[in-house]
Amino acid sequence: MSRAPVHPLTIGLLLLAGAAAPLLFPAYTNQVAVLWLMIVFASTWDILGGQMGYNSLGNIFFFGAGMYTSAVVQIGLYYDVGMYTSGARTTHIVFTTAQYFTGFALGTIAAGVVAALFAVVTSWIVFGLRGPYFAIGTLGVAVAAAELISSWEWLGAAAGISMPVFPGAPETQKLFFYFLLFGLAFAVLGFLRWLYSTNFGLAINAIRDDEEKAEAMGLYTRRYKRTAWTIAAFFLGIAGAIFGNMTGFIEPRDIAFPTTTFNIFMILMVLLGGKGTFWGPVVGAVVFQVIKEVTWTYFLGWQFVALGLLIVIIVVYFQQGIVGWLMEKYPERFGIRIAPKERQESSRAIGLAPHPEGAE
Amino acid sequence: MEQVIGNISVLAAMPIFNLGLLIDGLLVGSIFALAAYGLALVWGVMSVKNLAQGDFIMIGGYITWNLGRLGIDPLLGVPVAMVVLWGIGWVLYRTVISKVITRDLFTSLLATFGIAIVIQQGLNLAFGPDTQSAHANLPTLSFAGGLITIAATRIVGFALAILLAIAVILFMKKSRMGQAIRATAQDSRAARVLGIDTEKVYSFTFCLNAAICGAAGALVAVVWNVQPFLGTTYSIRLFVIVTAAGFGNLPGVIAAGFGMGVFEQFGGFVLGAQFQQALIVLLLLAVLAVRQLQQLRVRQAVQ
Repeated sequence: MSRAPVHPLTIGLLLLAGAAAPLLFPAYTNQVAVLWLMIVFASTWDILGGQMGYNSLGNIFFFGAGMYTSAVVQIGLYYDVGMYTSGARTTHIVFTTAQYFTGFALGTIAAGVVAALFAVVTSWIVFGLRGPYFAIGTLGVAVAAAELISSWEWLGAAAGISMPVFPGAPETQKLFFYFLLFGLAFAVLGFLRWLYSTNFGLAINAIRDDEEKAEAMGLYTRRYKRTAWTIAAFFLGIAGAIFGNMTGFIEPRDIAFPTTTFNIFMILMVLLGGKGTFWGPVVGAVVFQVIKEVTWTYFLGWQFVALGLLIVIIVVYFQQGIVGWLMEKYPERFGIRIAPKERQESSRAIGLAPHPEGAE
Repeated sequence: MEQVIGNISVLAAMPIFNLGLLIDGLLVGSIFALAAYGLALVWGVMSVKNLAQGDFIMIGGYITWNLGRLGIDPLLGVPVAMVVLWGIGWVLYRTVISKVITRDLFTSLLATFGIAIVIQQGLNLAFGPDTQSAHANLPTLSFAGGLITIAATRIVGFALAILLAIAVILFMKKSRMGQAIRATAQDSRAARVLGIDTEKVYSFTFCLNAAICGAAGALVAVVWNVQPFLGTTYSIRLFVIVTAAGFGNLPGVIAAGFGMGVFEQFGGFVLGAQFQQALIVLLLLAVLAVRQLQQLRVRQAVQ
């Protein structure tokens, strides 16, 4: 990961591609929208997993928390939530256009804020844990949330909540949510690019490389870890709010807290693309989403077996990822200069992620 | 909420109920303790945290259930499941586990999580998502005028679990391989220097763990039920047990296994069965939080 600013042309081309995609391929608007969501997933997972070296198995918790927060706000502004969740299945409740958009805007903001608050609270539990305990602890948080909401009548329990209906034609709705997710993905990428170029980026890299030493050097590691976790949570909460409204129906186990689908996709995409690199998660998300959309229907029920096998294969045989592999193969392209031969050997032996600070 | 208070007052008013729940919890806990011992073994010897542990148990359960369908007594499923899972464990060790032992801990965690997904979905495709149970033709015993009922299968399961645990512990203490395993757990490099083939030890340990899971699964199918996606719950339970006890602490693991069984029986009775899963996960978080507080104290002591 070089810290040089991205070439304006690259940004322009990406923006153009993103904006043109739904116009060029109107049949695939939803799939491309999900691709942007996947990029958000992968990039936010990489803040902790790749840059900070804390592999979370429970980031999906914030996605679901944001989804449910936005639902409560959107409904609660105008109706009684308990009545809505129990009565929505028998009576039809209409939201006016103004009500819908006010609710949606406030709900999305609330989703980000509440998810961030949850991150601060849970950080007290999970950040004393290291390595595998951290992974299992975070997984525990996500599973606990799914189980609790599944038996919470006020939030519709396992039967879920039907979200307010979008006031407009289905085509408009598709484009609306497409551009929201596209904008979110761009905001996340831009923000992370900036974040990694600051001292904060260096600090979380230091935590990844050696937490004890970082602490001994005077970094207040707990605060950095909490902030990184909160940033990831904020964006995931917003993503959850948008996705919940996009699908129109939310439910705890398979949509809000899907520990074996979206949750594991995040990690898989990052590993596939290259952990701890800026473009790795993006590349991984694109490759994964394209492969998934093209091949998914041909597996006829074997999709998840294939997914599990894919996890095992990537983890065991291809852990440096696409971008990591390219960096190893063509280091000069990434602004990494390698002087003597032994250096390269030793840096390869130490770890997967190349360290620009050391190489420059 | 009223129901919860009602349930608690039932327990307070009729002490004999407590005894029933306690016995049931201990009987079920013996199976947890057995499988948790396997997890602790792999954890301690090769520092691989096996997230597919619960799914190994489910495979063992489905083998027994299938034998039961063929008209074979399900208790015979215990040795069959052990042999089959030994084989599965060996294949998995060769193809996956041996390649992740030396890597960082998250790698093995993720690899076993992948295996867990494959097993869950494979079982789901093969046998469907329904809950199944193998029936052994044994009576239900009742004591204290029918207030305490204990299924005889649970007693048999308990006895078998204890027998197996004793056999495994004796094996670890007395046999040459057991000694090699313990030596490798203490210091793998020193063990290699002293001529122990650690690769063989790792392979054997993983297979042994899979076989233990197979036996536990066979017992689970008999005394309880199996379902493709229950594996995750078992994995979390076993993690709670091993984390609470510390993986090097064998008596602790067994005690925590029994404790888990008792806790679940009481928790399920008081809160209702639908909260059982949430209860286990919250217990996991509680155990992790307590561990962290302990570590905090250690850190302050160093300062």
